Amino acid sequence: MKSIEEIFNNLDGELKGHGPVAMKNLVEKEGKNVVGTYCVFTPYEVISAADAVPVTLCSTSNDTIDEAEKDLPRNLCPLIKSSYGFAITDKCPYFHFADIIVGETTCDGKKKMYEYLDEVTPVHVMQLPQSSQREADFNFWKNEVVLLKERLEEKFKTEITEERLEKEIKIKNEERNTLKEFYELAKLNPSPIYGTEIFKVINRSNYTFDKEIANQRTMKITEEVLAKYNQGEKRISKDAPRILVTGCPMGAATLKVIEAIENNGGSVVCLENCTGLKPNEETVDQDKNPIDAIAEKYLNTPCSCMSPNDNRVELINRLVEEYQVDGVVDMILQACHTYNVETKRIKDELKESNTPYINIETDYSQSDKGQLGTRLTAFLEML
Amino acid sequence: MYYIGIDIGSVGCKGVLFKNQIVDKKVLPTGWNPQKSGEQTLNYLLEANNLKAKDIKGVVATGYGRVSQRFADKTVTEITCHGKGGYYLNREIRTIIDIGGQDSKVISLNDAGDVIDFVMNDKCAAGTGKFLEMTINSLEEQIDNLDNLVKDDKKAKISSMCAVFAESEIISLLADGVSKSEIAGGIIDSIIDRINILLSKITFQEKVLFTGGLAQSEVIKNELSKKLQTEVFSYSNSQFAGAIGAALISKDML
Ligand code: SF4
Ligand code: SF4
Repeated sequence: MKSIEEIFNNLDGELKGHGPVAMKNLVEKEGKNVVGTYCVFTPYEVISAADAVPVTLCSTSNDTIDEAEKDLPRNLCPLIKSSYGFAITDKCPYFHFADIIVGETTCDGKKKMYEYLDEVTPVHVMQLPQSSQREADFNFWKNEVVLLKERLEEKFKTEITEERLEKEIKIKNEERNTLKEFYELAKLNPSPIYGTEIFKVINRSNYTFDKEIANQRTMKITEEVLAKYNQGEKRISKDAPRILVTGCPMGAATLKVIEAIENNGGSVVCLENCTGLKPNEETVDQDKNPIDAIAEKYLNTPCSCMSPNDNRVELINRLVEEYQVDGVVDMILQACHTYNVETKRIKDELKESNTPYINIETDYSQSDKGQLGTRLTAFLEML
Repeated sequence: MYYIGIDIGSVGCKGVLFKNQIVDKKVLPTGWNPQKSGEQTLNYLLEANNLKAKDIKGVVATGYGRVSQRFADKTVTEITCHGKGGYYLNREIRTIIDIGGQDSKVISLNDAGDVIDFVMNDKCAAGTGKFLEMTINSLEEQIDNLDNLVKDDKKAKISSMCAVFAESEIISLLADGVSKSEIAGGIIDSIIDRINILLSKITFQEKVLFTGGLAQSEVIKNELSKKLQTEVFSYSNSQFAGAIGAALISKDML
């Protein structure tokens, strides 16, 4: 039988329904439309109910930043520069196939970037309220969801019925629940899985367009890993400090943060951010009117663009308990003001529960790996 | 039972030989090869004390060059080592300010001497020995002479935190006839301002220990005391705080 290590290594060769090739087939063989997205506020189900394929566009590599800086200021968040760079250099295969992009007015840098992006590929911008607390916010956002629905209906000459929405909600909820079952393996102590593996499995599922295949695969991994773990395969020491990583979205270029923690004796048990569990913790309510339910779930996203952002504090506090977290690492991308400002609040809140906290600022280059290593190791030594 | 701690900084490689107390210590320039200077420091300590490798129970390496040390039983970051070493020098220390060649850091300790928080500046020269070196050089002076250079309380205002811009600012101050003493005072002020920013991010507690290469300067220490309105401690061994901590950790390991 395979070791846990092999289970995850095998994932690399598993291309079924996954990646750029699958996307190419969907477009060329099945004539599917493709909608590019950047942020977890984008209501996935509205897009898939238009029989289009939603796909998160590349934004996590340093390679396209130089190109982006010809149009954008240098001191802008690398995620924004990278995504724009991919678009103008046509280096992202998904962008290449995208018929339209859906973006939200989240942070200032992003919403201004969309103005330029629109010249490359049409962008539908959803106006996001800056708070999720008041009824007016909900109504405003619900209307935006309806506007998106209408735009897609018109663009793709289709009708997004309630039935179609309900069906898609069910499918996407299943993916969320399946992923949740997987990443919650890390609640076990010691954790059976590394943070890099949590990232990998979630990422795999996101880029597997046939959710049936994605869910089967994730479920199988969960089962196999758990079985091996129960047979006694413990890869991580019981003494390894258990770390929760929060902050800006992560990707290929910032995996260095998880690696620096895990190469120096820590165990990343929880990725709170948008590329981790944030979009999967809350499902869409299947008992409500689908548009209402969708608007509600997405508006609740605990993102620092919201003011106030109590949801994030509540989420982190809950996760610290549930995952028996020993320390919190808050990863801030350079020039991300909203997350950077919020570091103080998170630090202060965690002090209440005596949970050690560190925030680190980084970008997509690999030049700060040594410094990151020292900071994070010192943090681990402190625990 | 002997233990050795080696702290390989960007400028100096510090070594401490420890038994029940500090037996010997040595600092050598790190040079371009941190691995070699680490080994040299270790060998010096052995030879000078007539010891063989087998007499040493443990070696812990720390500092930015720690990873390249093959002889080390373990590597520990300079934060943890400085904390331990600082507490060893004086048990009442709760805050450590370390200004080294390439970076500066502040460390907060609890009553047991454990690190509870720290902030590091290792991204730019501002507030580090590098800043001092570059700016003092543009006065055509040496860092070692800093204490003689500052003659009174008069300080020029140097507004650039960036070492490169500060250099050109200093050149125009010189051209305007401002004295070297005044400019040096301004340079020190600028470094202390940076350190204050780091300090504002941790919970400041007395007493304060000043370590790192710059701790050898009386003027900087006195200015820091004035700014923080508390006596800032510094010992002849301050420079070795990291190495002392490393030696203590290697002792605790067994
Ligand atoms: S952090 Fe906020 S803006 Fe960024 S992807 Fe997540 S929800 Fe969107
Ligand atoms: S990381 Fe921050 S600055 Fe960058 S896109 Fe997300 S919210 Fe905006």
